[in-house]
Amino acid sequence: MSHDNLPVKNPDLGHSVADPGIEEHIERFTDVNEGAGNRAYRAILLMLAAVPVLAIAFVVIYFAVPRNAYIDFGWLKASAMNVGLGVTAGLAVLLIGIAVIQWARVLMGDEESVEYRHSAASSEEDRKVAAQLFADGVEQSAVKRRPLILGALGGALGITLVPAVVLLADMGPHPTRRVREETIEKTLWANQVRLVNDENWIELRPEHLEVGQLVNAQPASLQELHGMEAHQEKAKAAIIVVRMDPNSITIPPSRADWQVSGILAYSKICTHVGCPISLWERQTHHLLCPCHQSTFDLGNSGVVVFGPAGRALPQLPISVDDEGYLIATSDFPVPVGPSYFERDSRNDFKDGDQ
Amino acid sequence: MAKPTSVVDTSPSVEAHEAPATKPKSQPGALTWADERVGVNKIGRFGLRKVFPDHWSFLLGEIALYSFIILLLTGIFLTIWFKPSMAEIHYDGSYQLMKGMPISEAFASTLEISFDVRGGLLVRQIHHWAALLFVASATVHMLRVFFTGAFRKPREINWLIGVGLLSMSLMAGFTGYSLPDDLLSGTGLRFVDGLIRSIPLIGTWAEFFVFGGEFPGNLIISRLYMAHILLIPGLLLGLISAHLALVVYHKHTQYPGPGRTENNVVGYPLFPVYMAKAGGFFFVVFGFLVLMGGLFQINPVWTYGPYDPAKVTAGSQPDWYMGFVEGALRLIPPFWESHWGGTTWAWAVFVPGVGLMGLLFTSLALWPFIERWLTGDDREHHLLDRPRNAPTRTALGVAGMTAYGLMWLGGSNDIIATRFSLSLNAITIFLRIAVFVGPIIAFIITKRLALALQRQDRERALHGSEDGVIVRDVQGGYSEAHVPVSHDEQFLLTQHLQHRPLEAGGDTDADGLPRKGGVSKLRSRLSRWYLGHEIAKPTAAEIEDAHHHGDHDAPALEDSPKH
Amino acid sequence: MLLILALLVVGLSYSVVSPPRSSAETETTLQIEQGKDIYMTTCSSCHGLGGEGTTQGPGLIGVGAASVDFQMGTGRMPAARLEAQIPARKVNYTQEQIEAVAAYVHSLGAGPAIPEESQYSLDALNLSGDEKARAVARGGALFRANCSACHGIVGGGGAMPEGKYAPNLTDTTPVHIYEAVRTGPQQMPMFSKDVLTDESVSEIIAYLEAADEQPNYGGLTMGDAGPVAEGWWIFIIGIGGLSIVALWIARKGARAR
Repeated sequence: MSHDNLPVKNPDLGHSVADPGIEEHIERFTDVNEGAGNRAYRAILLMLAAVPVLAIAFVVIYFAVPRNAYIDFGWLKASAMNVGLGVTAGLAVLLIGIAVIQWARVLMGDEESVEYRHSAASSEEDRKVAAQLFADGVEQSAVKRRPLILGALGGALGITLVPAVVLLADMGPHPTRRVREETIEKTLWANQVRLVNDENWIELRPEHLEVGQLVNAQPASLQELHGMEAHQEKAKAAIIVVRMDPNSITIPPSRADWQVSGILAYSKICTHVGCPISLWERQTHHLLCPCHQSTFDLGNSGVVVFGPAGRALPQLPISVDDEGYLIATSDFPVPVGPSYFERDSRNDFKDGDQ
Repeated sequence: MAKPTSVVDTSPSVEAHEAPATKPKSQPGALTWADERVGVNKIGRFGLRKVFPDHWSFLLGEIALYSFIILLLTGIFLTIWFKPSMAEIHYDGSYQLMKGMPISEAFASTLEISFDVRGGLLVRQIHHWAALLFVASATVHMLRVFFTGAFRKPREINWLIGVGLLSMSLMAGFTGYSLPDDLLSGTGLRFVDGLIRSIPLIGTWAEFFVFGGEFPGNLIISRLYMAHILLIPGLLLGLISAHLALVVYHKHTQYPGPGRTENNVVGYPLFPVYMAKAGGFFFVVFGFLVLMGGLFQINPVWTYGPYDPAKVTAGSQPDWYMGFVEGALRLIPPFWESHWGGTTWAWAVFVPGVGLMGLLFTSLALWPFIERWLTGDDREHHLLDRPRNAPTRTALGVAGMTAYGLMWLGGSNDIIATRFSLSLNAITIFLRIAVFVGPIIAFIITKRLALALQRQDRERALHGSEDGVIVRDVQGGYSEAHVPVSHDEQFLLTQHLQHRPLEAGGDTDADGLPRKGGVSKLRSRLSRWYLGHEIAKPTAAEIEDAHHHGDHDAPALEDSPKH
Repeated sequence: MLLILALLVVGLSYSVVSPPRSSAETETTLQIEQGKDIYMTTCSSCHGLGGEGTTQGPGLIGVGAASVDFQMGTGRMPAARLEAQIPARKVNYTQEQIEAVAAYVHSLGAGPAIPEESQYSLDALNLSGDEKARAVARGGALFRANCSACHGIVGGGGAMPEGKYAPNLTDTTPVHIYEAVRTGPQQMPMFSKDVLTDESVSEIIAYLEAADEQPNYGGLTMGDAGPVAEGWWIFIIGIGGLSIVALWIARKGARAR
């Protein structure tokens, strides 16, 4: 190894104690004691010999253990297949590793070597030669005489990015105002749409709800949708319907006819990042989001009382139709769900609004 | 060029080693075949006996590398069955509690892997544990590099690659977390949807482009799948190759000690010792992960059920590496949102979500350059710092870890509340304050500790260690004799360079050498904040002096000279 | 305490010694009397002498027998003190005594009755294996729609504001789950029969039982705290364990001298 072009010219700079040099090498026990060496050797062989046994056990477990067999051993109540395969394969692989490391630790020579480093920078000679080669290349390329070619090439290459980026414009529909009004600013709710219980689709009537009751509801029209459409609509239309004692809550005059004798409907989608919320306390009327703990007061038009949410929970105006079922009287007056840049948030309810 | 003489020029080293009478040993045919085509002997000559220093903390990065390899292996297995489709089917597999439920093909195939493919559950669990380990070991490895100053010249580029790798690993983890389309992963996607939406100006456009329209759409899983199995692993593979190539080029850093200098590397040769140790460690990491996959349940998607945008479960959490973002979001107080005209600026989501991650990775990326600006240090460093010898850096690191840790706690505030019977709101309010005060306290304590250790080092180097025998002299006074430390230890305690703070003004530095530019007042002040207060290490003269007075008690600390 | 005990003894012996009455009506009257005795000594100080409620506790007129059976049957009532949430405790009353108090409270104003087993169990429906599996799966969906937001996935429990919590459901009996659903104890909202039918509640209960019986297919669950626990374990077992191995790899072994 050559000792030129070292990284640091004066490695002893500032040393107040002279470098004593590398420690003296001391043999290991396994180096000097034949018996100890042989024992370590045998232990390594034993570990490697266990691997085929474990591998065979793995194959046996794979084919012989039924998929629905379970181990019930103390805290471990698990699939026998999973535990069996994991333990045999895991131990086999682990033993290979330990055996090889032990080989390196106790049987391979352990005298430390020293290697010289080179500065990351090139040597003076390399620098000169490279500069000359580069100059030769520049000369050969003729750009000095015809320099515009470089600018033109750069511009041409740069502009090809535009078609490449434009190609991605169809990744999704463009959320122009018209598109937003048909998608994220619109839900299935409309006048006369009935409220139904989620999952069992029972249509709700006011007399079905008692004070202190919570219903996780959906628009009746959701039932006809499936797959993606159902998910997209559900992600906006999900509501919670609660019944509270009208005397224990505050209903602003502007929302007096949004409710049916203490039955109120709110969007289930949090205004923070959109988790569905239904952790409702019947005594405090507070609604907690389990994702980031925004807390809304459903007894006060859904205003935020704790947590990171920035806006009140949108309320859905509801009424009763001729047949006595609960219906919405319109869509949500404001877009539901988390905030986005183009959202006009001037009409959201603020604490104290009438 | 093809003169016969030029061939002779390259052979003297062979002649020097081999006696002219004996012929060189012939190599096996396969090796000769390969050598004649790609010159493997040249590679072997360069690499076989390359020296690597031995230290446990140098293996943390290897854990990350091995986890990545295991992720590739187990990931390939999973792709054989996984269907990245959001099409709805009625489940008819062997998991009874989901019988007949309308679920997506992605979720159904995850259940199939877990219950109908033999060993599928094991591989799925190994894959998930390996993912957690990948990010965890990369993080711990990065902390090791930070606290020992291994990012300094000439390794800044490799540090930047590392920052890129860490951010990619978060992306890799998150895209994987979202694939099974279970209730938990869907809730995570809903969160990402809210996060993307909150970006000022372009949020809605980004949301529509990422999800192919409104959330959740039917494209996101297949898109994430592409990112998870092709785009991100490809980038990771490329960056990891570059990361390792640079390690080979720079040679590994080493801890200071006797005989270790900036110009050498002391350790074991790649072949056979390091190959065996590192190769063996791969199997140990693999073995650990297989055992964890076999014995510890992770992400039981069947209990979470299929995703449904109207459903959620208490205790919804991201995987650990997103916990700090989750916590930051939870700690924001209400109403942090601006409504200007017809627009909404959701700071409460954008700042802790997008902004915090940006801040973390930007400050990590910039750190080597900031430190260089503060110290004016331009020489190469191959010897690592002992963390105490860079007290402000160490204190900043611990302060950062404290902030991260407190936000991380915030991300599990509901779990803490139920497990320790505490009020959710009280924890949140406490953490809102602690996340600002905690790092400051941590900074002060860490810096004091580092300086105390420096002081102790100085004492040991000068006067040795206390021998534990208290002697009462004839006057009734008590004293404890000191045993001088070994030469090796004395060297270890004093070998480091101490930088002087940069002085403002002037075109020359403290040693009177010309400096480009000159130092602004601000830079000088910050440099003093960064480098001042250090305990001067003993000079050669002081050590000589102490050696002569070795029999006497240690002088009081106040007598020692200060900067 | 002595007084209560004395009353209990008297009440019990009275019910044993006294000759059986001929009509069910008188039996009910007797039960109400016995319940009233217990009510007056243990409940009335908070809930009022006539169940009208005080500042210390809510009124009980109209809450129904199911509510009493749940509150006393899970040991939540009588409460030791007022706190953010009254926890479940060891039950100190026999089912007979609880039913007596329930009958008395029911006599103050009708409300949900203590359910028959057919109301909360799928067994009464005599479903085929496949039908039962589908019913259980439906129960899972209903559980995730109505319950898991508070009670966590498969009923592990969850945090609520200000130190309150939704309790773990694994040890709650089916009848108590049914009663809690119908009456809405403490902060829990109630779910009426018209909206969440008895069949739906039975499906939810069947799902919870099935989920509780199934093994943890993947192995030890390590506290069931989801990704938070998984994160802790990767640092303790993964990083911790492998660091110990790394220490072993880099350590210089036993030397000859």
